[in-house]
This record gives sequence, structure tokens and C-alpha cells, in this order.
Amino acid sequence: MFGMVATAAARKASDVAQQRRWLVGGMLVVIGLLCLWFFAMQVPADVISKYRFSGGGDPVQLPVIELPTRLTNFILALALIAFGAFHITRGVAHSGALFGVSASLLLAIFLTWSIRGASLNLTGLLESTLIRSIPFLLGALSGIMCERSGIINIAIEGMMLTAAFVSVIVGALTGNLWIALVAGLLSGALIAGAHAVLSIRFKVDQIISGTVINIFAAGLTNFLNLRWLTVNQELNNSGTFAKLPIPFLSDIPVLGTILFNQIILVYIALGLMFAVNFLLFSTRWGLRTRAVGEHPKAADTLGVNVFKIRYANVIFAGMLAALGGAFLTLGSVGRFDKLMTNGRGFIALAAMIFGNWNPFGSFGASLLFGFMDSLQLKLQILTSVIPSEFLLMAPYLATIIVLAGVVGRVRPPAAEGIPYEKQ
Amino acid sequence: MTKARRRERKRKSQTKARKRKASVTLRGSQCRSLRQRDTRYVNSMAQVTATAIPQNNPTPAPRNSIVRRGLDVLTIPALSILTAFIVSGFVIAFTSPEVLKLLPQFWQHPLKLLTTMHETVTTAYAALLQGAFGDWGAIWQGLESWLATGNATDLLRALRDPFESLVGATPYIFTGLAVAVGFKGGLFNIGVEGQLFAGAVASAWVGFSIEGLPWFIHLPLALGAGIAAGAVWAGIAGLLKATRGVNEVINTIMLNYIMFLFTDWLLSDGGPLRGNAGAPRTPEIYPSAYLPRLLPDPVRFHWGFFLAIGAVFFVYWLLWKTTVGFEIRTVGASPTAAKYAGIAVGKVFVMAMGLSGGLAGLAGANELLGLNHYMVAAFSPGYGFDAIALALLGKSNPFGVLAAALLFGALRNGATRMQSIATVPIDIISVMQALIIAFIAAPEIVRWLFRLRTPAQQEHEVFARGWGA
Repeated sequence: MFGMVATAAARKASDVAQQRRWLVGGMLVVIGLLCLWFFAMQVPADVISKYRFSGGGDPVQLPVIELPTRLTNFILALALIAFGAFHITRGVAHSGALFGVSASLLLAIFLTWSIRGASLNLTGLLESTLIRSIPFLLGALSGIMCERSGIINIAIEGMMLTAAFVSVIVGALTGNLWIALVAGLLSGALIAGAHAVLSIRFKVDQIISGTVINIFAAGLTNFLNLRWLTVNQELNNSGTFAKLPIPFLSDIPVLGTILFNQIILVYIALGLMFAVNFLLFSTRWGLRTRAVGEHPKAADTLGVNVFKIRYANVIFAGMLAALGGAFLTLGSVGRFDKLMTNGRGFIALAAMIFGNWNPFGSFGASLLFGFMDSLQLKLQILTSVIPSEFLLMAPYLATIIVLAGVVGRVRPPAAEGIPYEKQ
Repeated sequence: MTKARRRERKRKSQTKARKRKASVTLRGSQCRSLRQRDTRYVNSMAQVTATAIPQNNPTPAPRNSIVRRGLDVLTIPALSILTAFIVSGFVIAFTSPEVLKLLPQFWQHPLKLLTTMHETVTTAYAALLQGAFGDWGAIWQGLESWLATGNATDLLRALRDPFESLVGATPYIFTGLAVAVGFKGGLFNIGVEGQLFAGAVASAWVGFSIEGLPWFIHLPLALGAGIAAGAVWAGIAGLLKATRGVNEVINTIMLNYIMFLFTDWLLSDGGPLRGNAGAPRTPEIYPSAYLPRLLPDPVRFHWGFFLAIGAVFFVYWLLWKTTVGFEIRTVGASPTAAKYAGIAVGKVFVMAMGLSGGLAGLAGANELLGLNHYMVAAFSPGYGFDAIALALLGKSNPFGVLAAALLFGALRNGATRMQSIATVPIDIISVMQALIIAFIAAPEIVRWLFRLRTPAQQEHEVFARGWGA
């Protein structure tokens, strides 16, 4: 009897999976055909896309790769169609791989087409991709730490903004970037503490609490920006971290420029990604965090202090987001501008969901979003049929599609959003 | 093949189909959310029974008088606003350059510092109040000179401020209602700002692209376009919640940014709605689509305000006097109970979201047709985000929202005056609004600050939920 139900359910599930495979694979094939027609067939045969790997002033000049646009895109589009067909017949089990491969192929086609008859410094593009993905990564890590313990964090934007502001002011006042960074982190911890108290102690709806933080941070930084910084411009200049090339490794031609010739905050952020992953999945703390996020009552029964874990995680999350905010100022421009985070906190939220609440997955998503971001800047110079606004939309649109379950399924922690009441 | 065997097989396949159906209705994520809601429902029932049977509870004297009950309802909002004002006063004082200059010499001249602080705050708040409610002396003088000479210039100039507060309140009424309708249906529409943009863009497009219509066709058409655009944009989130069980909060956040970028593109150089002017804006709409003004120039008061009042009554009527409203409120109170009562919960989600978005779109259309007459990218100072505070302040009741919107309109208008006279940046009211939301959402803070008694029955306006469903 039960066996029958189980088989029926399993068959149903496999039916659904089959349907979805047809849907996604079919979509890929159709997109591939469209690419074949537009990005390959419509291009004259003699047009060439040049990929450069070194900038004009680099000591080592690497050879320029010249690709015939039409042929390259023809091959890439065929690969995309083949990949879609493979997904329909055999199925790609890992949704990250499915998404990663198809997105990279599509982007490669689009990029090759965009630079037809021109050239592009690929190393520079990838370098700026990494730099632009760092705030997304840190914000996503913040979201992961918070939400894995069961507290929704839509306040990443507000935390980033606060830290960006505080670090600039303190940097300008003290002239020491490290003190500025610590002050930024503390401000993030403080504002995350407010989120924690509201949502844990006072059991406020966590979305409302996050909204409070966002409105408060935007209001206060705008207020202080107008009241202090626009009057004293010298207060709005913190200086920035210098590049810190790692000896020997930074001399590797392409990889060295991208990975090992960055400011120290990039290395810290990448290190934090591994640290958070280790913390979550290999330590007692992480086990407790996940237990509290999935089933706080059970965790409490086993002697885990739910409130302590949640407070600590939210405050740590605040510091991670604050590092992302400080990166925007101390790491790149050294000054504060009104609402300078500009939705990055929400893209970080999207990266977190995209990465299914996992640090490495979120980093992948951050890289993708960072690539989109730097690509649209490059494409503003080149001529393109796709307006930059549409490329900027991609992270938001992709999140909606992923959440709707068209491509794979994401699963948030079970106890998220529900205030815990000790009995 | 015999008849019996065929029948047997048919029966088997039918049971299989039925079981398949059963397994579908209790899929993983839904199952979890149902369970969550069940416990919440049971908890709330337990709360109701607990309050219904006063077991040696130190209940205060019976509260029969309407005045008493009204005071009880107003206490927390009023004290929240008061506290927010006090805290913001400290923020204004301690960020003032004059005060900061005196701060190191506090021990030499403590009194001087205190008086400077006091002066800073009183100047700011006096300007705020005057900007919000007008200078009644000037209005009186203007009235006298108008009666004496027939020259209304002074009167109109004096009347500008109080009417400007109403003009500022108008979009707040719409957006506040939008969030409130969502709350009533158990939905958190954080995307009001995006829907407002959608409404404004649509009504601008109708306003400038159709020429030669009489106003009684053109104006409703433009308003309708705004409503429809907002409803569709919000309806996407409602539909995804109904069909795929995706939380509407995250989708409306994402839809917000998509709409902002989309608007940027529409207005960008070479964009489809870009006008001829050098700035990123649409062409001006034809006067036949204007929401007419009621008074001559400097006063910008227009018919949109009465439209907003109408919307308040409409929402009240819809929510409390119609079947649709009953269904929305039931789903908001408990989706499980609503499902057992035979309400199509998914349909209600889409409807409530559409209604909410329609109101938000109307807010955008109102701003565009009544004030600007063309669309610019930065036409809203965050009406959609402030609306969350309004709905909470008004307890999701249309008349409560109206009162809160009038207050916020006055605040925003007053803050403009404060910025120009006392050089206190207008953004302080965002700080105030954040504090007001925090205090309303966590009334324990206010009760603790003012040593108030905790009431026996606690109300929960918005249910806490996760991303899952």
C-alpha cells in the first residue's frame, strides 16, 4: 500500500523532472538557434574579434588572439545547442553546472559578437569582474551567516551604506586606513545589533526590521553627508588601500594580474569565503548555527542557546556586510557619495539565493553578476544592441527565474523568519 | 481482454491518479509552510481562547467607552511619533556644526552648549511646523488684504504651504493604502516604489502620445493606464506566489530594480520615451490629461487629493463590505483556514497583489498628471518605501492610513522648509520614519520608555514568514 504511494510519488517526481528538463533544455536549444542565426549568420564572414590579454603599458606583451567572429560564434552556438540536447536526453544533475555552462557559453557568444571588428582586453575585464564581485560576495556571505541561523537579512544594503560612510569619515579624520576599516566594521556590527535586538528580542517581523535598517541607514547617511561632508570636502577623502602584489605569484602572466595583484581587502574577502565555508560546515559552531536555522526547538532541547547563536551570527554578518561597504570606499574611490551602494546589497541577496545559501555557490553568482557589471561598462564604449540597463537587470531577473524553480530549486533554511519563543 | 479486467485496470489507474494528486498537494516546501501556518493558527487560536477566558488575570476595568478605546488605539502611535521626534531632535543637535564646535569646551561653558543645542532644535522644528501647517498670521493678513483690495496674491502665497502638505500627502495616501491592502491579504508588498514608477511611465505614455481627446476620456484613460501598469507589475509577484509558492518580498524587491533600470532605459538617450529636451525625461503630456488644479498658481493643490480620499473609501468598502474583501482578509488572517473554507487562496493572492499594485500605480499617475506633467527618473522621493511606515502607523486601516499620510505629507513639506531655513537636511525625516516603524513594530520599547502597562491581548498585524513560501 505505502509502497504503491511511494512509487506513484516517485514517478510523479520523475515526470516533473522530465518536464522541467524538456523545458530548460528546449529553451537552451531555442536560444542556441537564435544565437546561431543572429550572432553568427548575420555577421559578414571576414569580420574579426580580437582578444588581448595585456594592457598597453604591461611589461610582458602577450599575443593577441584573433578570432573570426562568424566561425567562433557558429561553434559556440552549436555547443550551446548540443548542451541543451544533452540536458534533454541525459540530464545535467547539478543545477549550478547547468547554469554555469550555459551562461558562460551565452556570454562568450555575446562578447565575441560585441567586439567584432574591434579588440578587448580580456585580462582587464576579468580583473574588474573580480573587483566588482567582491562587494556582492561579502554581502552574500553576510546574508548566509545571518539566514543560516534563521534571521532574514534584507538589511545588507543598509549595513554596507553605513560602513561605507563611517569608514570614509574616520579615514579622513585619523588618516589611518586600518582604523577606518575597524570603525566601519564596528558600525556594521552596531547596526546589525539593532536588527538582532529588534528581530530576536522584540520579535519584530524580520522583513520590517530589515526595512527599518535600510531606511534608517539611507536617511542618516544622506543627512550626515549633506550636513558634514558637502560643507567640509576634506572630510570626504579617506584615501584608498594600495595594491599589494604577492611576490612571484603576481608575475604569472594573466592569472597573476587577475588574482594576485589586488588590494589586501580582496585577499581578505576571498579568505573569508573559505573561512565561512569552514565555519559553517566543519565546526561545532556551524553545526549549531544550521541546527538553529532549521529547527530551533530541537536545537534548544539539545542545550544549544538559540538566542546566543542568533545574536552572534547576525552581528558577525553585519561586520561582513560592513567590510563590503568599506571596500566600496576604502577599496576603490576613497570618498562617499549619496546612496553609493546603489542596490548592491540586494544583488548580494540575489547572489546568496542563487548560491543556495552556500559560500562557494554565492561566489560563483557574485562573479557572474560582477562580470555583467563590468561588461556593461565596457559595452558603453563599444557599440551594442543591448542597452547597458538590460545587462544591469540580469541579476534581478535571474533571481526571479531561479526562485520560480525553472532552473533547479533553491531551499532556504526552514526556520527562517520565525521568531523563536522559548517555552 | 475481459470486461472485468478492463474495469479493474481502470479502477487501479484512477486510484493511482488520486494518490498522485495527493502527493502533489503535499510537496516538500508547501508541506512545510502548511505546517508552519498550522502551528501559527493553533497558537493564535490558543491566544484567543486564553484571552476569552480571563483566568485570574489582572484585567483592568471594562473598557466600554469609545473614547477610552480610541485613546488606547492611539497611545502607541502617538508615543512612537513623539519618541521619534525626540530622538531626531538629539540627532539634529549633536550633528550641528555649532554644537560640535562647542563640545570640547563643555566643562568651561556647559550652559552655552545646552542653549545652543536647544536653539538648534527649536529653530529646526519651528521651521518644520511652519512649513507643514502654514503661517496662520500671514494667511489672516492675506485674507484681509484680499477682502480689502481684491488682490489675492498674498493670500495665495500664504496658503501655499498648508495646501502643499495636502499635495505631499496625496501620493502617500495611495501608496499607504497599497501596502495596507497587501498586509490585509497577508502579503508584504515591498515593491510599491517600482509599481509607482510603472504607473507613472504608463500614464505619461498615454498622456503625451494621444492627442485631441476630450479631457473626460483622456484623463480616465491615463489614470487607468497607470492603475493597470502597477497592477500588472505587482501581479507578477502575486502570480509567482500563487503558482510557484515564491515569497513575494524578494520578488517585489527584484521587480523594483528591474523597473528602475527599465525606466532609466526608456528615458535614456535614444530610449523610446525620451523627449526632445536635453534632460532624461518624457515629452510633456497634453493638458487634456492633466488632473486640474483647484486654485491659481503658487498653490499646486489638484483633484488628485479627492481621488485619494475616494480611494480610501473605496478600499474600506472593498475590504469590509464585499465578498472579495472578505476573502482577502480571511486569507490574510490564515491561509489554511481560508483554504478549508473553500477560498481559492492563489486567486486571492493575485487579486490582492493586483489591487495593491493598482493603488501604487495610481500614486505614480497622480504625481505625473497632477504635478510634473512629464516623467523624470527621480520623480519620487521614496513614496513607496515610506508607505510601509504609513501602513504600520495606520494599522492597515484605510482611515488610519489616511491620517498617517496627512501627517507624513505635512512632515515632508515641513522638512523642505526646515532645510531651507534651518539648513537641516530633509533626510532627517527618513530617520524619523525608520524610528517610527521600529517603535510601532516593537511596542514594547515604547511601553518600557513610558512605563505603560502591557495589554492583555496583543495584536499581530503582520505575520513573520520565511522566504520559503
